[in-house]
Amino acid sequence: MQAKNRLGAARLVGLTIVVTTRVMAQGALPVPAPPASDAQNPAAPGAGGERFRGLVPGKQRPPGDPSQIAHGKTLYGVSCRGCHGADLRGGDMGGPNLLRSQVALSDQNGELILPVIQGSRQDSGMPAIPISLQDGLAVAAYIRSVVATIGSQGRPPSVGKEAPSILVGDAIAGQAYFVAKCSSCHSPTGDLKGIAARITDPKTLQTVWVAGGVRRRRLPVGGAASPATVTVSVALPSGESVEGRLVQIDDFLVTVWLADGTVRTFRRDEDMPKVEVHDPMKAHRDLMAVYTDKDIHDVTAYLVTLQ
Amino acid sequence: MTFNKLLPTVPFLLSGTMLMGQAASGVDPADLLKPLKDSWPTYSGDYSGKRYSALDQINQSNVKHLTLAWMSHVTPGPDQGGRGARRPTMIVGGEGPGDISVGGGTIKSSVLEVDGILYFTMPDNAWAVDAHDGSQLWHYFWKTKGGTHIGNRGLGMWHNTLFMETPDDYLVALDAQTGKERWHKEIADLSQGYFSTPAPVVIGNHVLVGTGNDLDAPGVVQSFDPETGDVQWRFFTVPMKKGDPGMETWGTLDAARHGGGQAWVPGVYDPDTKLYIFSTGNPTPAFTNGTRGAGDNLFTCALIAVNVDTGKMAWYYSTSPHDMHDYDSAQTPVLVDAMYNGKMRKLLLTAARNGYYFTLDRVTGEHLVTSKYGVYTNWAKGLNQRGAPIYDPEKNATVSGSLVSPTSDGTTNWEPASYSPDTGLLYVAQDNGYSIFYLTDVDPRGSMGLGGKEEAQVGSGGSFLTAIDYVTGKVAWKRPYYGNGGGGGLLTTAGKLLFAGDGSENLVAHDIATGKPLWHTRIGHVTNPPQTFLLDGHQYLIAATGDTLWSFLLY
Repeated sequence: MQAKNRLGAARLVGLTIVVTTRVMAQGALPVPAPPASDAQNPAAPGAGGERFRGLVPGKQRPPGDPSQIAHGKTLYGVSCRGCHGADLRGGDMGGPNLLRSQVALSDQNGELILPVIQGSRQDSGMPAIPISLQDGLAVAAYIRSVVATIGSQGRPPSVGKEAPSILVGDAIAGQAYFVAKCSSCHSPTGDLKGIAARITDPKTLQTVWVAGGVRRRRLPVGGAASPATVTVSVALPSGESVEGRLVQIDDFLVTVWLADGTVRTFRRDEDMPKVEVHDPMKAHRDLMAVYTDKDIHDVTAYLVTLQ
Repeated sequence: MTFNKLLPTVPFLLSGTMLMGQAASGVDPADLLKPLKDSWPTYSGDYSGKRYSALDQINQSNVKHLTLAWMSHVTPGPDQGGRGARRPTMIVGGEGPGDISVGGGTIKSSVLEVDGILYFTMPDNAWAVDAHDGSQLWHYFWKTKGGTHIGNRGLGMWHNTLFMETPDDYLVALDAQTGKERWHKEIADLSQGYFSTPAPVVIGNHVLVGTGNDLDAPGVVQSFDPETGDVQWRFFTVPMKKGDPGMETWGTLDAARHGGGQAWVPGVYDPDTKLYIFSTGNPTPAFTNGTRGAGDNLFTCALIAVNVDTGKMAWYYSTSPHDMHDYDSAQTPVLVDAMYNGKMRKLLLTAARNGYYFTLDRVTGEHLVTSKYGVYTNWAKGLNQRGAPIYDPEKNATVSGSLVSPTSDGTTNWEPASYSPDTGLLYVAQDNGYSIFYLTDVDPRGSMGLGGKEEAQVGSGGSFLTAIDYVTGKVAWKRPYYGNGGGGGLLTTAGKLLFAGDGSENLVAHDIATGKPLWHTRIGHVTNPPQTFLLDGHQYLIAATGDTLWSFLLY
């Protein structure tokens, strides 16, 4: 479950680059997002006192004795690993994932884990493990130490089995697609020359090109125009037409940054005055409904050849 | 910041709490059976979830004169806000150490309006505010033990007792007059990753409570006694033992018991059938299959109807069978009595996070209508025998990336929809974002929680205020937003108005028939559902932005 967090930066989790989080409906630039408050981003540091990070419950238990944990780890490798896995997420012999087990999550000092080790769950297939009380407590301490490293939103501490490269596409087919659909705006010897050298991670490259390039979250007022700059023309009742870069638009106001550096805001009431937004990126967004995943993978395979 | 209009006329020693002494009959459970009009005594205003107010004093002809009555800024945490003689009473409770800093907070809660007092929340905090002028009467602060502090949807009320859930999984009962605590009970185990955000729903002598979790724990709805806080019944949303209903839809019992299905938004109630109807969130792990098996993973991403006295399930309907994108069906459904195929039917309407709209018979759970209202929704390949979308495995998170609409935030989310009997339309704000979902953990055991993937949001096909015809499921009209509109939720009124935030820092009154804006005010991003009530013969409109509550009326 994840409640939408419209104002938060949390939606960027997992992105290694800053892609705009919201390409606007009518071709406007993203509205600068207000700063996320700590309460909306549990991973953010608070203004003092203990702060939230990672798995809060894991933070509640005091850290264990390192030597006891190390001893427990050794014993776990001997007696538990076969069924519960080296990473505690379950093993080939059918033992369940311990990281999400109620017993492991709630255990404080072995009071919940130890009885299971000693055989309280033989009915459901967990055998009694013949180890001493001290060793059992050490295993419990080790399990707690790993549970404490669970990430936010239940993410396991480590990847169980890493994914292979994302590059599965056909570069030849990707080149053909590029020539057919992209070459009216882009060129492998022009704007995309060396793109794969500039963005070396194929996953990042794919994300960036599908999104239509790296975009800033805040409007670069005063910055240089780019091919992605959204412009707007406002036809005033007086007959005057005002054109410039779009700063902000909604149903009621439109703000334009003119070539001479002045910024003008106009009141809007439905179709008065007439406002036309020109967003060069619209074509990119429209394509998202057209691409197949194979098209995307093929084009990525082609783009990584543009070293 | 509040206006102290009353100050000159009252002895300055009177506290805010004493000022409200003349009010206070509270909420009789029978009051909650009435359709929404003068007050706002429960999360959705009434049990139907329509968020349609019969008030029409503010209407299409005069809404342009709507003007600010007051605004009230609240400060969460132990430090007191307020000023002067009306400095609110501060009450501190909680089991935590008191040194855990949460930072700021946002009002996402629905506000209760009872006897001229407004009651609302942020995580760990509840306030009572005078509805005349926004001055704070009391502020309750709960010292937390931890837990995810993402939001709190508000309070439930039974006579003069208020109920609040906390992020560290307590149900707290407060005296509505004084803010003093009556009791608190632990409702879930924080150490297992539970955190609690819903507004409790009071039905008769039941306080219905849901919780949240991202750590592969089972979803649960519980009923508590409003006087003692004792548990009356518990309903787990996933099978907990062999032979439980739905077990055949899971790969293993261990997978089912860790299968999620959190009930993290308030439900609705049909008094005729005594059914409490609520919705559930995603299965866990959310983005990898692991040991979940090939079945529907019941009763995650589903609507569930339980008898309010027994907690026994009457029916279910799975809106996202075997979800693979965290498309929680956590939307408060809407109950409507209306014509369908020539007959008056008791219906349930819901526009789900996954981009699909559903009309059901709420007595039996019979499926009547499915439509795709999300413009670019592309994760499913057709409908199953009960009219629910069939997920397309090609659109799951893949190693090489799959381009999917909507994002995991959904076409809509928790923000409540609204239904107007005047138009027969369900109103919902939709967003058509795209994400590339990359599978990063190919382990056949599956990941945990929301792990095992990277989600890159790459753009949006647009956000729209949307009106859906419940008979056909078709979109009657939609009006584009410049921002990501509808934040907080929607309100309709007999004044033929639809109120919503527009995602561009405006609170807007729309013509309910066309969506045309008739009034707006630039108060910032609206963060809770707009609401309305009658006080001293005047209709008020309220909405929150962040830590500020705003009130509007016609003078």
